[in-house]
Amino acid sequence: MTDLGSGTIYTETVVYSPPEAYVNDVPYQLAIIELAGGRRLTGRIDGERVQIGDRVQFAEFRNNVPFFHKQS
Amino acid sequence: MRPVAVAGIGKTAFGAFPDRDLRSLAVEAGQKALENGRANASQVEAFYLGNFAGPSFTGQNHLAPYISTAIGITGVPATRFEAACASSGSAFFHAVSAVAAGLYDVVLVVGVEKMTSQLTPKVNEILAGAGDGCGEVRAGATFPALFAMIARRHMYQYGTTREQLAAVAVKNHQNGAKNPLAHMRKVITMEQALAGKPIAEPLTVYDCSLISDGAAAVLITPLERASEFTDKPVRILGIAQTSDHVALDEKDDITTFRAVQTSAAKAYKMAGVQAADIQFAEVHDCFTIAEIIAIEDLGFVPKGQGGPYSLAGGTCLHGERPVNASGGLKSKGHPVGATGTGQICDVVEQIRGQAGERQVKRNSLGLAQNLGGSGATSVITILGAA
Repeated sequence: MTDLGSGTIYTETVVYSPPEAYVNDVPYQLAIIELAGGRRLTGRIDGERVQIGDRVQFAEFRNNVPFFHKQS
Repeated sequence: MRPVAVAGIGKTAFGAFPDRDLRSLAVEAGQKALENGRANASQVEAFYLGNFAGPSFTGQNHLAPYISTAIGITGVPATRFEAACASSGSAFFHAVSAVAAGLYDVVLVVGVEKMTSQLTPKVNEILAGAGDGCGEVRAGATFPALFAMIARRHMYQYGTTREQLAAVAVKNHQNGAKNPLAHMRKVITMEQALAGKPIAEPLTVYDCSLISDGAAAVLITPLERASEFTDKPVRILGIAQTSDHVALDEKDDITTFRAVQTSAAKAYKMAGVQAADIQFAEVHDCFTIAEIIAIEDLGFVPKGQGGPYSLAGGTCLHGERPVNASGGLKSKGHPVGATGTGQICDVVEQIRGQAGERQVKRNSLGLAQNLGGSGATSVITILGAA
């Protein structure tokens, strides 16, 4: 699988009212991440919550969904 | 192109109606519009249906002839338009285009949605079908989540506050309480709005429009024939539909809806008016942040000023420029496929001076803004006394 590298949080939210597929995941943080080169994609945040402007690191794909975590 | 007029309107109540099916709601609205326009079903030359997700919500497909024949309209084109929450705005745009081009003289447009037969997680999933299924939706985005991310970014870039968002909800509930057909006729306080249950941060339940059943219909004719159908024709002065990316992460700037800006520019040009001339509007407040962005993108206020203007009361029923005197999607309800034609009905009532307790004072030039998805479809209609 591709390593998406690191990026910056463009925007984010924490979801409490889920779609059917994710009823067991709430609350979860969803974000739009701006990658190097300016490309943006929507992914999930693992672990510590992030805010706009925070740097994040790609962790892995789970069921084709990219997961990131806050860069320490 | 011929000038086109609204000759009749018809709405059902918006709400949760466990005993009503999709077709009975659509038929009620359609028949009311025909009666309001003193027309018979046999005079209708084409039937346009706006409906987002009838097949997913109810399992029924082939909806346009299913509904038109139940109204008594047979032997004419009957077609369903799907453009997410702008489905009936889009159906209306195409119907007006056909009448303007001279294809038909008497056309009925119905918008309908039946949503409350499903539980909220299923509704979230069906509505998310208007987003990018290979990206944001797969990652867990719901529509509240997408607009929450829009709100976060708008707050970051322009300093928009929670109080400013809540002011939109408080105002729309005040208006909706005066609307006998509204889903939630309940006044709420700023404190309640701020303390609502979180749905997707920073949005609470009071920032989100309602899951509703309902239908709304509009009968249109060429302006020159409108007096055969009504004593109070309302002219469609300008109308435009434009589009943009479906996925939120493909848009350059998510604090603005590019399609709203482009469709508004076209509609203003067609009508020969400017943003400042619009006296009142029904805008697509699927979420409180969407109303704030709408009044910015329509040019009512400078970019970034939508929040302060809303909190200061500029959009109140008796403010400088009333927005969503009907109660909006927030209080009136949001049966998504019915919202576009519902807005047209509400603007027409205002121009006719038939809005009762919700009547705005300056009522000769109104605008309806219907948004699909997170801004991928926009339909703007400008209406005025004929």
